[in-house]
Amino acid sequence: MPEIRNYTVNFGPQHPAAHGVLRLVLEMDGEVVQRADPHVGLLHRATEKLAEYKIYNQSIPYMDRLDYVSMMVNEHAYVLAIEKLLGIEAPIRAQYIRVMFDEITRLLNHLMWLGTHALDVGAMTMFLYCFREREDLMDMYEAVSGARMHAAYYRPGGVYRDLPDSMPKYTETKYRDKDEVRRMNANREGSLLDFIWDFTERFPGYVDEYETLLTDNRIWKQRTVGIGVVSPERALQLGFTGPMLRGSGIEWDLRKKQPYEVYDRLDFQVPIGVNGDCYDRYLVRVEEMRQSNRIIRQCVEWLRKHPGPVMLENHKVTPPSREEMKSEMEALIHHFKLFTEGYVLPEGEAYAAVEHPKGEFGIYLVSDGANKPYRLKIRPPGFIHLAAMDEMARGHMLADVVAIIGTMDIVFGEIDR
Amino acid sequence: MTAFARFLKSLFLLELFKGLSVTGRYFFARKFTLQYPEEKTPLSPRFRGLHALRRYPNGEERCIACKLCEAICPALAITIEAEEREDGTRRTTRYDIDLTKCIFCGFCEESCPVDSIVETHIFEYHGEERGDLYMTKDRLLAVGDKYEAQIAAARKQDAPYR
Repeated sequence: MPEIRNYTVNFGPQHPAAHGVLRLVLEMDGEVVQRADPHVGLLHRATEKLAEYKIYNQSIPYMDRLDYVSMMVNEHAYVLAIEKLLGIEAPIRAQYIRVMFDEITRLLNHLMWLGTHALDVGAMTMFLYCFREREDLMDMYEAVSGARMHAAYYRPGGVYRDLPDSMPKYTETKYRDKDEVRRMNANREGSLLDFIWDFTERFPGYVDEYETLLTDNRIWKQRTVGIGVVSPERALQLGFTGPMLRGSGIEWDLRKKQPYEVYDRLDFQVPIGVNGDCYDRYLVRVEEMRQSNRIIRQCVEWLRKHPGPVMLENHKVTPPSREEMKSEMEALIHHFKLFTEGYVLPEGEAYAAVEHPKGEFGIYLVSDGANKPYRLKIRPPGFIHLAAMDEMARGHMLADVVAIIGTMDIVFGEIDR
Repeated sequence: MTAFARFLKSLFLLELFKGLSVTGRYFFARKFTLQYPEEKTPLSPRFRGLHALRRYPNGEERCIACKLCEAICPALAITIEAEEREDGTRRTTRYDIDLTKCIFCGFCEESCPVDSIVETHIFEYHGEERGDLYMTKDRLLAVGDKYEAQIAAARKQDAPYR
């Protein structure tokens, strides 16, 4: 009698459902997964090591590229770690701007996740609708930072520039006449805050549409209910954070549990799931989008009423304004010192964590008193979630592996770093 | 909800038709698509695209070879060599940006004390071979000369915030 062996399937790294460069070695018994073995490291760019050779500010743009669908939140953890070691705090307006853009980033991330997760599971239209909203959010990114994705906007001691008072507008083309251009520019007439406000007015309606398409849909439910169940105890043991943990029914959100910036002044709720399956995690994330929308609205209201500085005036850490730099010797010296040597952090270590859309994103920074970090450790949420791949996928069908990858919301920028 | 109502809902594919009505509505709604090469999304004055070196209105190049941009560039994409010119001013003899290394963070523009190196609104440049994306001083100045009006307008618009 011939020896019966399990069949081994190599999933990825060039697979559209692998969300980047995940390589999964799946041991199959028929169509049932016996063992899932994720192989990571194909997108390793040595961000941690590179940071040791750069002055502190130079690593900010590299933080964008860790989790490249939630750019500004990565920066946030990094600048918080620096600020913690320096013992400085950003001006209150900068804190509100940061929180607002953290939530805009959360929307960006969750829309990307919803679109691709649904696409993986078979709902094509979701992808198109989600990307339509992402377009507006990216316009907000571009308006403040000048880049649609890799913003490099947060700085230790505040944010680089204040919010602009005008939005770029569409112009007439041969496809669009004056009236149509006016209609397209309707929400771009005011400031960026007006543009964001207009978006938050519309957004809950869009979320309702997503829910109409998916929440009750029997195909969606068949593919997600009861798939990848993680019990609350197990979720804690595995080190889950963010929606993965909340989906299992544990109320843990860094924005509530250890509020940073101005989250303690804002009114929002933390949704949690019950069963800990893919469907519950979907519901949690959709509700998170609604809550983010609420937070953004509160921030916009506050920011409208409270103009002020967005960067500290401490020129040992933050560069002086251009006007000052061009007219005052002292400011010019600070400018040159900051852009060549940077600033020195006191000896010590700091861990700063933020509630990333994917979970707890932390930066552990060790300084030996130089102008470069001695060691920078990134705590990526996705890496820890991916480690549970085997446990979540075992006993499920091959097609469910795709749903599980989708529900983890993994992005390889942060896993491989 | 009674079991019977649930059964009816399930039998008549109610939730699927609800979803279909959403997609059906968008099928007839105004289209969102832009016809890309002919029309483009608006770009903010802060947009960071292809680099350019600027000149003063009298035609003198702005760059004084202070090498701040070279120092701050996180990707080490900028190479500068400088020498004294005949008239005694300090100028660059070489100013190269390797666009294959550049990460478009905008730090060079932020650091430049004379507004010389800037990032323009051009995002559709291309190169047919590797060397084409190695911007030399002449090419950077040429970009600057060609788009000076646009560059100056964008800087002016954003000046109050910087």
